[in-house]
Amino acid sequence: MIEFHLDSRSGVAPYLQVVQQVRQALRLGTLLEGDQLPTVKDVVARLAINPNTVLKAYKELEHAGLVAARPGIGTFVIRTLSDASLSAHGPLRQDLKRWLAKARKAGLDDESIEALFRDTFLSVSEEGVA
Amino acid sequence: MTAVVETKGLGKRYGRRWALSDCTLSIPPGRVVGLVGPNGAGKTTLLNLAIGLLAPTSGVIEVLGGHPADGPSQLARVGFVAQETPTYSGLSVTDHLQMGAWLNPGWDNGLAIGRIQHLKLDPKQKAGKLSGGQRAQLALTLALAKRPELLILDEPVAGLDPLARREFLQVLMEAVAEHGVSVILSSHLVADLERVCDYLVVLVASRIQVAGEIESLLAGHRRLTGPRRDPSRLPANYRVIEASHTDRQSSLIVATDERVHDPVWTVEQIGLEDLVLAYMSRGVEVEKRQPAHVEVRP
Repeated sequence: MIEFHLDSRSGVAPYLQVVQQVRQALRLGTLLEGDQLPTVKDVVARLAINPNTVLKAYKELEHAGLVAARPGIGTFVIRTLSDASLSAHGPLRQDLKRWLAKARKAGLDDESIEALFRDTFLSVSEEGVA
Repeated sequence: MTAVVETKGLGKRYGRRWALSDCTLSIPPGRVVGLVGPNGAGKTTLLNLAIGLLAPTSGVIEVLGGHPADGPSQLARVGFVAQETPTYSGLSVTDHLQMGAWLNPGWDNGLAIGRIQHLKLDPKQKAGKLSGGQRAQLALTLALAKRPELLILDEPVAGLDPLARREFLQVLMEAVAEHGVSVILSSHLVADLERVCDYLVVLVASRIQVAGEIESLLAGHRRLTGPRRDPSRLPANYRVIEASHTDRQSSLIVATDERVHDPVWTVEQIGLEDLVLAYMSRGVEVEKRQPAHVEVRP
């Protein structure tokens, strides 16, 4: 079962952090179809957060068609996000590592690498939209 | 649905000093309300009015649709944990539970005993020998076992270390999830409230500065940064909560329901802490300009 954690300094709304952690687990295959999410009471008792935060996160995941609530039993994963792309992760990670090594060799520090990646990512996404 | 606390023009005066003035609130049920303000702002006065320990000087207050402390049935519906979570130091944990059972018609003994076991408290231990965190947990257990519809806690975690604080809030949130109890808790620290509250009331210098659902409050406020501007020349639908200026730059926190389109501004979301601090410093400034304690009565 997945265990949630909250970063109160991240600036990301707590419910969104829960949503992102479930999506991440679905993408990486740590949560699979049929797996149960922790009950609202369990999450609340562990993280000391407002129950509505968890309910809101679960509702959003339900709305996205990723989980389904079975009344009186719990909330279950009905679709994963990993699909076929998971097998492509390995080679892509290798490519990225090679690229990172190249960037470091060229003298880029962490901040420049992140900035370059984000900038390129955004400009490519925009081209995609246009 | 009936509001858990509804007040109109509520005020409380001690001698010539108004501890609470012109307080109008309507808190919907099922919320965890954070009552925030500096020490001496009137938080305890407001909470004591809600449980009927104090009678108002002016205005009206209704709690769960009834008058505070209006007979045993009203008292049974509201749980209260006072500041510093007091217990009887000479009485044992078991004595406390027995007293709870005698005094409260709706007492849930199973819940009380279950909680004490879960907390691994020695039933024979005198409350005076418990740690601060354990004492707070005992006080919370008593308030929860009463099975109230509304639980009011005055600075419940102020004296606790971070671990005891977390444990206290865990139990409280579990009770909210399990029993659907409405909660009002006061604190002078926003960090205590950020994770647990979904409704905010900011009280400064005896007056309510802002109250509402935290989510909509955060959505309705923005931080604007840009070239220096006179705040009075901003569009009418921007309410400036806080403004600071350097020679060239203005930084504002504004309340607005609309999107900010003016391209001169860099627009950012604000967090709960910044929101609360903005209203707190505004309240303090208003107090300096026109002392809130001197009230002109018609």
